[in-house]
Amino acid sequence: MLKKFVACALSVVLVSGFAGCSGNASGQGGSMAGGAAGGTIKIGFIGPLTGSASSYGQSSQRGLQLLEEQTNKAGGINGQKVKVVSVDDEGKPASAVNGGQKLINSDKVAAIVGPVTSTSANSLAPICQRYNIPMITGTGTNVNITKSGDCIFRTCFTDPFQGKIMAKFATDDRKAKTAAILYNNGDDYSKGLSEAFKSSFTGTIVDTETYNTGDKDFNAQLTKIAPHKPDVLFLPDYYSVVSIIMKEARNVGIKSTFLGGDGFDSPELFSIGGDAVNGAYFSDHYSATDPSKEVAQFIKDYKAKYNSDPDAFAALTYDAGKVLFDSIKKAKSTDANAVKGAMKAYNGQLVCGNIKFDSDRNAVKAAVIIKTQGGKETFYKRFSA
Amino acid sequence: MMKTYVKKLVAFLAASAVVFVVFSLLLSNGVINAYYKQIIMTVCINIILALSANLIINFTGQLTLGHSAFMAIGAYAAAAIYRVGLPFFFSLIFGSLVAALFGFLIGLPTLRLKGDYLAITTMGFCQIIVVVLQNIPQFGGAQGMTGIPADTTFAWVFFSMIITIIVLYHVVNSRQGRAMISVREDEIAAEAMGINTTHYKVMAFTLGAFFAGLAGGLYAFLMMFIEPTQFNYFKSMDLVIYVVLGGSGNFAGCIASTGILTLLPEVLRFLGNYRMVVYPLLLIIIMIMRAKNIRLSRLAGIFRRTGKEGDNNAAA
Amino acid sequence: MTFVEFLQQLINGLSLGSVYALIALGYTMVYGIIGLINFAHCDIYMVGAYIGFFAATSLHLPFIPTLILAMAGAGIVGVLVERIAYRPLRKASNISLLITAMGVSLLLENGFNCIFGGDPRSYPHNILKQTNIELGPVHTDSLHLIILTTSLVLMVLLQIIIYRTKIGKAMRATSADKDAAALMGINVNATISATFAIGSALAGAAGVLVGILYNSIDPYMGIQPGIKAFTAAVFGGIGLIPGAFLGGLILGVIETFVTAWYSPLAGAIGFIILIIILIIKPSGLLGKKVSEKV
Repeated sequence: MLKKFVACALSVVLVSGFAGCSGNASGQGGSMAGGAAGGTIKIGFIGPLTGSASSYGQSSQRGLQLLEEQTNKAGGINGQKVKVVSVDDEGKPASAVNGGQKLINSDKVAAIVGPVTSTSANSLAPICQRYNIPMITGTGTNVNITKSGDCIFRTCFTDPFQGKIMAKFATDDRKAKTAAILYNNGDDYSKGLSEAFKSSFTGTIVDTETYNTGDKDFNAQLTKIAPHKPDVLFLPDYYSVVSIIMKEARNVGIKSTFLGGDGFDSPELFSIGGDAVNGAYFSDHYSATDPSKEVAQFIKDYKAKYNSDPDAFAALTYDAGKVLFDSIKKAKSTDANAVKGAMKAYNGQLVCGNIKFDSDRNAVKAAVIIKTQGGKETFYKRFSA
Repeated sequence: MMKTYVKKLVAFLAASAVVFVVFSLLLSNGVINAYYKQIIMTVCINIILALSANLIINFTGQLTLGHSAFMAIGAYAAAAIYRVGLPFFFSLIFGSLVAALFGFLIGLPTLRLKGDYLAITTMGFCQIIVVVLQNIPQFGGAQGMTGIPADTTFAWVFFSMIITIIVLYHVVNSRQGRAMISVREDEIAAEAMGINTTHYKVMAFTLGAFFAGLAGGLYAFLMMFIEPTQFNYFKSMDLVIYVVLGGSGNFAGCIASTGILTLLPEVLRFLGNYRMVVYPLLLIIIMIMRAKNIRLSRLAGIFRRTGKEGDNNAAA
Repeated sequence: MTFVEFLQQLINGLSLGSVYALIALGYTMVYGIIGLINFAHCDIYMVGAYIGFFAATSLHLPFIPTLILAMAGAGIVGVLVERIAYRPLRKASNISLLITAMGVSLLLENGFNCIFGGDPRSYPHNILKQTNIELGPVHTDSLHLIILTTSLVLMVLLQIIIYRTKIGKAMRATSADKDAAALMGINVNATISATFAIGSALAGAAGVLVGILYNSIDPYMGIQPGIKAFTAAVFGGIGLIPGAFLGGLILGVIETFVTAWYSPLAGAIGFIILIIILIIKPSGLLGKKVSEKV
């Protein structure tokens, strides 16, 4: 019987020793200063490359890898090559913590681009802060992320900002008096936008309905919304879901104008939603039809490399990477404090518009309102709250 | 009898003390970096979870697919009460107690169900807890709870794990434990022998929930951020996998399989996007090997256990 | 809620329920014959949807050949899964089999994600026209009617196969006692393969139909309908074909009405009802109480 206990203790040692040994190896290997080992600058990327959020992570990764390729082709940063080390967080906070720890402590990256999803960003942010590793998320919109400390930056809007913008747009531009909201109760992004919209909309909210992650049938909610005949229907979720909602809403006979956030932005919106998605407005970071040279160049390069159109995730992560790379260039080192300083002072024209950071390290930028028309996204106007 | 028990306990405590000291030394001089430390702590938490699920699934023979719900309850209760001002330790205990209370309340009606029906019911319970947590704005809803301090240290998880092992080992080797095993082996016969099977099932459920709640509390203060979906039934399924791979009613096996399976996705990270393809593939291969009696345990020499074990005993 | 609204929600519920029923049929059939909760069933549904997608986009097939190809493809995948992953474990406990099924499920999901990427894809618009049907003040659409009819027809067909054909007899015998069935000269392996082929083909058909209905497929599309269909199957009495159909419809209707009443509860209500039903009648709606032999 004692054997069992010994086996017990032994297996703990063994299992942990497993990790311990490999820990030892990389602990010695990575003793050089933050991520500048061997003439390359290591930058971490973390996002959902597998799992149900993987399309967002894969897009973001493509955006950053495009930037990596371009940067290295142009001679790297300060004469050093950039190497992006990607880890998968499956869209799960726990996995983001493990992956982030690996990037920081084993790969010894200088900084991290990501995580892509807000929940993962929320879990990794305090850890980056603890190790003083700059973290810049291109797509983590939850307002709490950057509250972890002065290492955490973001190049996208926060959820409340977008909700507020669309509420104001509804009354100012669409002259809406009534609105209904249909949002995903199990998703932080969707809930964040809807709450901000609800509190900022000056007209009447006639109905608020919710659904859950994975739902594809929204007829029950839409049937309930229909008799209220709201002027606008706010749908704060990603294209994969809202395209189905809009299709079903038109079938139910809802004639309201659809409003949404940057989650709408994808070519797939039209292929899934068909005619129903035309005539919707959503806030976005940039417009693909924007005549600015940054946008045109980005779309051209992206298409050349991947043979597909970039979505918002790709563009935002590309920008986040760009802010970081430029700041390292400006700081002339990968020293975290110098990079942080350069990022705080950053002011540059990027794909998603001009970016500089406010005192909470959130990007200050105007939103672009996109209108969907004739199966295409068209630039409608710039709009600020 | 008593004497050998004490001797074993002392031996075990001594062994764990040695392990702890070794690890603490390795951690403090940076031989094990923070990434591996994080994983080791996750392993310890998962072991607490797996052992508590083991009590229900393997020892009492009740297949639960909702064990992570108790972890969620423990995590949220501990984090919430901490905000109110309770110290860390008492927050952990509070979380565990709340989880145990839920275990009792849920166990009472559902444990009359058997096999697959119990499985789906507990899975449903897990989903209900997730939805409820998503609808509590004080807990941040789907956006999760941020700003939980990093109070969980290696010592906390390690000794919580040791305590869990000792307590659960004591329980299964007591009269109550034997009653639980009799429920697994043959419920009707046990009933006929005058064992109140529902009583022991609920007891196993409550105790299992207590330790799952403890693990949840430790997890919350380790991750510093919790949100409901990380406790959905997929997490419960992971636990079932740990427990079943560990062999039936086998502490060492359960600990080893939990350790290996928690490490596996991390070890496989070098595979990049193929990681999550290789993991289930390995899982299937292991299951087939087990069924074909190609014992991993023989290869590794750590699962081995005298007496009968294997699939025939596993809960169905 | 007005009467018209009530009627409309009832139709919505039946439409949603018919989707659950369609998937639940295959689930319950496999369970009924070999007693396995085939967690991979909903992923074979996904595989069927993808096969249909490629048949429609790359081969430019019309609807019926697409459907047949998807059913055949899904059937083959189902048989392969059984042959490779489940058969070696046939003598093992249910729980080992359950874990293997989870492994297969993860493998299919992540494998497809790896090969085809996680982006949702949309079916070509012309494959099956979705038209609105107005019935006075209420409305539905052609696709939902097709799905409802398909599940009804399939339910009857399955009942006929199981109770009126030779292979069905073999299936029932295998279900009752594998060893005795083998002694009676029934090829148990072939029978179980046939069960998986039929069950998976049903999943494949469901994949194509639901794929067209929502016009969006992705590698993880099976998870949520899978869990709902499983709930529906247990609800109706798992292993019983009419139970799956009925369970699916009732679950759809209940979910719809709860959503219409208070939508934040919608994610949990299916399970709440399920737990209540099981506590009152543990064998499900249509299940008979089987007394235990000592």
